[in-house]
Amino acid sequence: MDTYSFLRELADSWVLLAMVIFYVGAIAWAFRPGSKGVHADIADIPFRNETLAEDTDGPRAVRGSKTAQNMPEAL
Amino acid sequence: MLNTFKLTILGLIALVAALAANWGQDLAYQVHAVLIMLISAGLFISILRKFDEPAPVVDTSGYMDGVIRAGVIATGFWGVVGFLVGVVIAFQLAFPVLNFDWAQPYLNFGRLRPLHTSAVIFAFGGNALIMSSFYIVQRTCGARLWGGNLAWFVFWGYQLFIVLAATGYVLGATQSKEYAEPEWYVDIWLTIVWVAFLLVFLGTLFKRKEKHIYVANWFLLSFIITVAMLHLVNNLSIPVTIWGSKSVQVFSGVQDAMTQWWYGHNAVGFFLTAGFLGMMYYFVPKQAGRPVFSYKLSIIHFWALIFLYIWAGPHHLHYTALPDWASTLGMVFSIILWMPSWGGMINGLMTLQGAWDKLRTDPIIRMMVISLAFYGMSTFEGPMMSIRAVNSLSHYTDWTIGHVHSGALGWNGMITFGALYFLTPKLWGRAQMYSMSAINWHFWLATIGIVLYAASMWVTGIMEGLMWREVDAQGFLVNSFADTVSAKFPMYVVRGLGGVLFLAGALIMVWNMWMTIRGGAKVSAPVGVPAE
Repeated sequence: MDTYSFLRELADSWVLLAMVIFYVGAIAWAFRPGSKGVHADIADIPFRNETLAEDTDGPRAVRGSKTAQNMPEAL
Repeated sequence: MLNTFKLTILGLIALVAALAANWGQDLAYQVHAVLIMLISAGLFISILRKFDEPAPVVDTSGYMDGVIRAGVIATGFWGVVGFLVGVVIAFQLAFPVLNFDWAQPYLNFGRLRPLHTSAVIFAFGGNALIMSSFYIVQRTCGARLWGGNLAWFVFWGYQLFIVLAATGYVLGATQSKEYAEPEWYVDIWLTIVWVAFLLVFLGTLFKRKEKHIYVANWFLLSFIITVAMLHLVNNLSIPVTIWGSKSVQVFSGVQDAMTQWWYGHNAVGFFLTAGFLGMMYYFVPKQAGRPVFSYKLSIIHFWALIFLYIWAGPHHLHYTALPDWASTLGMVFSIILWMPSWGGMINGLMTLQGAWDKLRTDPIIRMMVISLAFYGMSTFEGPMMSIRAVNSLSHYTDWTIGHVHSGALGWNGMITFGALYFLTPKLWGRAQMYSMSAINWHFWLATIGIVLYAASMWVTGIMEGLMWREVDAQGFLVNSFADTVSAKFPMYVVRGLGGVLFLAGALIMVWNMWMTIRGGAKVSAPVGVPAE
């Protein structure tokens, strides 16, 4: 079998299946139980870290308020 | 030790460039060799003069914003240059006499057209993407840019790439691949700069303080990686000689065409869409003051875009030597793409839910919303045009040009203007832009400009397509090509005027940025979110 036919057949079968599984899996993972709180936390990231925290080794040094509404417009 | 190494490298580059300037076989190559020789010699001297001085202490306590400030200025500058060249070539099409005899062959339409496309896409859009990547990745990771001065290398290296590409076009060096015109040595230089860009971005992600990677960074990372892949494959070429700019493509025939449009469409998909969506997912929530409407939808948007876009390229090659199955595949994926695109648009627009009043009071939000509206419009138009039956009418006509510009001016341009208006006061420590009414002027000039542009190109494109296919009772074509050209004249003038309005808006923006940077905010009626 020449390279073209081999690749063409591979693309039509296993590679296609693998990609579809990965894609569906990624979507399903977004809907996993408990993702709501995680997503709310991630969606809030732009409203934290307005300035770089002094302690650069500590874990997540700056935590903003939960509601974006109350965020100060820091420069 | 490091300085000795730098001096050795720079000295060698200057020497080779001097040889290349002497032995170069064409004008563009020689000019580039002289340019590189001067730059590396200048750097050599400046390092040598400071050789004995201790290295300056860099304050690394805050975010690395200097390179972003430079990026903001570069974005404004290249934007005006790119729009100006666009206006010039628009009027060259309407009035061919503007291809001045005294400026031949350097300033004819054929050489200025790639200068325009590269200036707006890669210089204006590229600088906007690089500077906002640097801004967003720091703020969403809570970490300073990785790699120290490597970010400055990315900035200046990218400017050098732009200058080499632009001067190359004018002096006649091109490999004739649309949106990938620069010749082999410019491609190699861009690869080096791009790898540095990837390293800075990844390094910052690795040392992040936030546990999760915010969605904007996913889009930006996919943009950086995919553009690297596209650039490498589409620019596979062998130079005729290392002392000249001419190179020969490795692919030929329909393989070359397919590679080119796999590149070309994914440049749209990952440079002009994924990258700018990264900007959208950060700047729209920031300016609206509320988190993105649905984070889940943004994840689905991301993966759908990644999995679908890469297959859409063949729709550029309907009715060519490309096998039918391939162009059908491209068409089907293009149509499926409509859904995630609109999902993303809705996600951006609905972020304003509960804050719709800002649309009335905040001209920056208005700019971002109109950019999402144009994103929605052009991602509807694109899939429609990819359908084979529609494409048989639209392809090779100015409808395509209109489609590209409603996406590029509307979506990419407006979201970039919004980002510039967001960043300029923040980066220079001002309360807000110098003039809010100037932002309003910019908004309306740009919007009316795009409407004139898109509408005239729809009219002229469809007219042209219909004239080309018109046959009389005996089956003979009714119109010659020149008939369509003369029929298009009024629409060409309207398009040029649309471009003038868009350029005028950008000039107002640059003035506004200049005034903001120079001297703080003008006191005016409070607009938008007041500083709390």
